[in-house]
Amino acid sequence: MTMLDTPIHLEYTFTPGIAQSRFLRGLAEGRFVGQRCPVCGKVYIPSRGSCPVDGVPTGEDVALPDTGIVTTYCVVNVPFAGQAIEIPYIAAQVLLDGANISFMGLIQEIPATDVRMGMRVQAVWVEPDELGPTLASVKYFKPTGGPDAPYESFEEYL
Amino acid sequence: MADRCAVIGVGQTHLRAKREDVSIPGLVREAALRALADAELTFADIDAVVIGKAPDMFEGVMMPELSLAAALGAVSKPMMRVHTAGSVGGSTALVAAHLIASGIHRRVLTVAYEKQSDSDAMWALSVPQPFAAPLLAGAGGYFAPHIRAYMRRSGAPDHIGRMVAVKDRRNALKNPYAHLHLEDIDMKMVEESIMLWDPLRYLEACPSSDGAAAMVLAAEDAVSGAYPPAWVHGMAMRSEPTMFAGRDQVNPQAGRDCAADVYRQAGITDPRADLDMAEVYVPFSWYEPMWLENLGFCPEGEGWKLTESGATALDGDIPWNASGGVLSSNPIGASGMLRFLEAAMQVRGQAGEHQVEGARRALGHAYGGGSQFFAMWVVGSDKP
Amino acid sequence: MSPAPRARRPVAVVSFAQAHNVRREDERNEVEMLMPVVAEVFANIGITKDDVGFICSGSTDYLVGGPFSFVTALDAVGVWPPRPESHVEMDGAWALYEAWVLLQEGEVDAALVYSFGRSSPGNLAEVMALQLDPYTLAPLWPDPVSLAALQARALIDAGKATEADFASVAARNRKAALSNPKAQVAHDRSVEELLGEEYVVAPLRRHALPPITDGAAAVVLAAGDTARRWCERPAWITGIDHRIETHAPGARDLTVSPSIALAAERAGVGDGPVDLAEVHAPFASQEGIVLEALGLAGAGGAGGNGGNGGNGGNGAGLSVNPSGGALAANPMMTAGLTRIGEAATRIWSGDANRAVAHATSGPCLQQNLVCVLDAAWEGA
Repeated sequence: MTMLDTPIHLEYTFTPGIAQSRFLRGLAEGRFVGQRCPVCGKVYIPSRGSCPVDGVPTGEDVALPDTGIVTTYCVVNVPFAGQAIEIPYIAAQVLLDGANISFMGLIQEIPATDVRMGMRVQAVWVEPDELGPTLASVKYFKPTGGPDAPYESFEEYL
Repeated sequence: MADRCAVIGVGQTHLRAKREDVSIPGLVREAALRALADAELTFADIDAVVIGKAPDMFEGVMMPELSLAAALGAVSKPMMRVHTAGSVGGSTALVAAHLIASGIHRRVLTVAYEKQSDSDAMWALSVPQPFAAPLLAGAGGYFAPHIRAYMRRSGAPDHIGRMVAVKDRRNALKNPYAHLHLEDIDMKMVEESIMLWDPLRYLEACPSSDGAAAMVLAAEDAVSGAYPPAWVHGMAMRSEPTMFAGRDQVNPQAGRDCAADVYRQAGITDPRADLDMAEVYVPFSWYEPMWLENLGFCPEGEGWKLTESGATALDGDIPWNASGGVLSSNPIGASGMLRFLEAAMQVRGQAGEHQVEGARRALGHAYGGGSQFFAMWVVGSDKP
Repeated sequence: MSPAPRARRPVAVVSFAQAHNVRREDERNEVEMLMPVVAEVFANIGITKDDVGFICSGSTDYLVGGPFSFVTALDAVGVWPPRPESHVEMDGAWALYEAWVLLQEGEVDAALVYSFGRSSPGNLAEVMALQLDPYTLAPLWPDPVSLAALQARALIDAGKATEADFASVAARNRKAALSNPKAQVAHDRSVEELLGEEYVVAPLRRHALPPITDGAAAVVLAAGDTARRWCERPAWITGIDHRIETHAPGARDLTVSPSIALAAERAGVGDGPVDLAEVHAPFASQEGIVLEALGLAGAGGAGGNGGNGGNGGNGAGLSVNPSGGALAANPMMTAGLTRIGEAATRIWSGDANRAVAHATSGPCLQQNLVCVLDAAWEGA
């Protein structure tokens, strides 16, 4: 059997879009900017420009705090190409206070065995001169030490 | 009104980590020729070809159906290419079945494949996007948190996932086409396998396979072949958004609605009692109890009890994944079609060692994306 | 082969919308591009997403450079509660075909079809090379212009066309595009002026090439009384068929299109007079091949001689590409669906009574779809 290798290298320009650009500019300033759906009133972060339920633009910006809870998580212990973090690490769904959707975030400053569903967390930002329009501006989330949110309070976000 | 549609030929390739002995055309042809032989037909008898696979980046070929037209005997025929993420193998079969049900064609060849070893599928699934967090987790990293949520919600004990992992691999030992043949598989072996995405261990996740599946579908007046046909009793697709506020990712509405639709068409009111077996897309062990609930085989929160009771084992009252399922072979684009195909094999009585005795009605199921795309059919040995 | 199937149920194109076709959409992402198009295609006929029972889209991941690009695009519609939905990795014209098939069965009365294609994120010539046979062609990285030039050369060598014919086709399409507000390239230039341009790849000069486009389009299909309720003069699909040829350009006679001829026969193009054709011929050199295979060459003065279309036929003659066709805007995966939409628009307006729309895919017109639209549904 003859094997043929065809190296393929393609370059693309990535367009985050209008809504996501506002989110990214917020990150460059060290803050979270979500957007509200004018129909259902839910706050999306990051918004890709539309409410996925109503199919309308999420126009209104909503400033969100950098605190929230872990709704659920897993411990990543599998190496693969492109990985930037040393394994094992915690990949968690983080629900910011005031948001109606969680996004994936890294949890640190706590042993993996101590992470809990409902645990309160806060973003740890990079140094001010390192802030940029990227989620890499958030180094990770750390536990605040506050009381865990009761399961019933975030059950609908699972 | 829809015309009757029958599965009259099935074919699959041996599923392996690397099929370096064949090209992509060779791989799809292998499955297609087996399906045609099963139906006692040749390419000349086929009116149209419907092909499906998951993202083109898995092989590095854009719209590969164009260069596969000749290998699949599609020249001067209609050819369609379906892509609905992980559910694609199922959706592809449904698009083909609608070509029969609508009365447009009499015999349609449908094929699905993946040749993941030609590229790096893990990479293709996790292409780093600019501006994103450097937090790549792979497919398991996406689904493991939802598994944790299921465990919390249902109170299921840890060993349920391991039971599924063992059951499906033991079934695979009876399926000569399956990728994984783990002779010594047991609970201890699963428990001792490396924890990849806690709570998910290595042996609770699907392998990465090369392979293809094919079926010949026919109208009532075009049935052929030595085995009796499998009649399509119902077929449905449902999609919901990847993420939205309040989305239930453990028990997605789209899956429930899709099942309700397909059961309504097939006249099924109690799937556990009315079906004889099911081939369900379970790429991670815990998705068996989750989908048992989603598909209405038991009340919510009790899927794990059904698994624990042995009901879904090959000798249980409602065997799930007699073929070994996705946990034993995962040629991504073809995995959904294999579920549909295995369901058809069961009701045709051609499943060999993993035959569920007396199976007359079976469910084929596929899902994809972030548990958001669903495709299902119910096939039976009786004409609907 | 079975005899050509007759549509058992009258299904019509009842609404169409498209984005402004541009070279580079650098502010909005795919969802933001699609959202207003989907909103418009519903608003045109006063319906909402709740009025369609099926959704089908066409697009391809390699344009965007990431897997599952169709998944997030679905957020432009808002598929909640969950919907029956499907996607083809093909031009939206084939998504329309899938929806039409489903509507034939009678369970669903209306469908949304959409497609999007942004060519600007990558280098289109390199991306399209990956569409070729991965063993024998793609490793050579042939670009689509060179492949079309091979085809154009074959036409000239066979005595079927001249460079002036290509220029004439380009001049007519771009002139017609002046009345298309969504066109990307529109101008009124003489054949002599165009023939003075440099070759890009001989025998193709700049004017014979399609523009590189970012775009999106959407269509609503409806059956029977639903179509009549939503549209005064529905564009009934009386025939639709598609066929593929072998892939390797070297294994085909590139000067003819047997797949179009067969699809046209099965769709019933010749069953009545045709007063409008919207054909998807990205390269000016391809229009003559398409029209000849459709059986429309020479009709109404269009075709190889470059007739003066764009006036809107009223049954007296054949109008070819009054929109300017793919030479006015060529959004990948979308330009085929747009041809069907443009043809339907002229049925609704009364400018045409019986129209043919065509879509193509693959190198050198490898795969083709033909759709016949009629203001009248016989027996309906």
